Amino acid sequence: MLDWLHAVWPGLEATLALLSPQPPGWGGGLLRGALNSLVIALGAFGLGAVIGTFGALGKLGGGPVTRDLLAVYTTVVRAVPELILILLLYYAGTDLLNQVLALLGRRPVEISGVAAGIGVLGIVQGAYATEVLRGAIQAVPRGQLEAARAYGMSRVQTFRRVTFPAMLPLALPGLSNLWLIATKDTALLAVVGFSELTLETRQAAGSTRAYFTFFLAAGALYLMMTLVSGRVFGWLETRFRRGQAQVRP
Amino acid sequence: MRGWLRPHRLVLIALALALALWAGWSLRWDWIPRYWQLGVQGLWRTLWLLVLSVVIGFALAVPLGLAQAAGPRWLAAPARWFCTLIRGTPLLLQIWLIYYGIGSLFPQYPWIRQSDLWPLLRQAWPYALTALSLSYAGYEGEVMRGAFRAVPPGQLEAARAYGFSPFAVFRRIWLPQALARALPTLGGETVLQLKATPLVATITVIEVYAVASRVRQDTFIVYEPLILLALVYMAIAGLLALGFRVLERRYTRGLGH
Repeated sequence: MLDWLHAVWPGLEATLALLSPQPPGWGGGLLRGALNSLVIALGAFGLGAVIGTFGALGKLGGGPVTRDLLAVYTTVVRAVPELILILLLYYAGTDLLNQVLALLGRRPVEISGVAAGIGVLGIVQGAYATEVLRGAIQAVPRGQLEAARAYGMSRVQTFRRVTFPAMLPLALPGLSNLWLIATKDTALLAVVGFSELTLETRQAAGSTRAYFTFFLAAGALYLMMTLVSGRVFGWLETRFRRGQAQVRP
Repeated sequence: MRGWLRPHRLVLIALALALALWAGWSLRWDWIPRYWQLGVQGLWRTLWLLVLSVVIGFALAVPLGLAQAAGPRWLAAPARWFCTLIRGTPLLLQIWLIYYGIGSLFPQYPWIRQSDLWPLLRQAWPYALTALSLSYAGYEGEVMRGAFRAVPPGQLEAARAYGFSPFAVFRRIWLPQALARALPTLGGETVLQLKATPLVATITVIEVYAVASRVRQDTFIVYEPLILLALVYMAIAGLLALGFRVLERRYTRGLGH
């Protein structure tokens, strides 16, 4: 079995040595980077979902000023490249925090890469999530909400018991797309110097000159993340669609 | 217009104007004359990278979509795999793989170094254009697959019954209707492609984002170049959205809803 592999691919051993998780190999660094990417993506997606929920509710039920400000937020974030937003929010966020700390008489701090990444990507995700959730909430049949009101439910109760569960299956395809964008957007943090998967890969590739090995390995890791999460979202969708009338044949 | 201009909007606009005036007055803009020419060149480079990659990418996306929607399995499976690979990995990684990986292979072969293509292959932009085009093709291949499938089969049968050749069915009936259906998505995707162009700055293509980075490195002015850059991208994105809306209005006429 292995002899056959060696015949096809003479450099197999060298490749395996490069990718091994023990220190002369770079596999451990890649995996640590992948874990960092995953943590940032999860945090950013969660923060984005929270911002998106409030944003969608504000766009649908807020006052005129709230609505206009939210429109500006979603338009700006969706028109400006993520890379620029990341730089702007990163510098501005650090500056603001340190000015506040200086006012309080504290010493300036260095924001951790993971926290900054989650914050910045979360704000970006929030704009897209606002639109996804707004569309999903609007698609909930009015009759269901009127029925809830007729039963005497408060607005919070209506949202928790009727609107949220009814809109979830409608929002899941959009949210699944957003999650994929979040995992891939973590690569942008490489440009700002956070050691997530793409930057670790570039460092490994740069110092060993084995560009193909490392970029393909990192590509496989990203692909694994996206394929597995595609399955998970598919499962979630069928789960939450139970009890709903089938739209498609 | 009357309905749009309500009192609270006037207040918000006044606030925005005040903010803009404050920014123009108290932020530093004295670097602009020095970098003006470089910035215009960068902007030009961004625009043609965008236009060329969209054109090439779309030309690849049509056969990719068609292969997935109606092709035999030995064509559909590789097309689907290509789209999954492109959509499943970050564009930055693809750009670096093509530039550092494939770009580092070429100098090993003397016949490539002696060929007429070598002056082209030594520059960074062919790699950037390749990566951006392939990425657009991957995403749009998926969009076109759905669009080709959405054309009612009766239309194609009718065309065939009229004696259209298979190519004529494709050119006169199938492609125009699929395009009309895909236009709204394509508009959004083209804005996303615009937002992806700054990534090529990481492989030394000096487009408008790279110029702004250089201003930041040269002068240590952080916010002003980035804010101006954001405004430039917003203007381009707005123009793109407007252009696609005009196209949509023209080409979705007569499409039953």
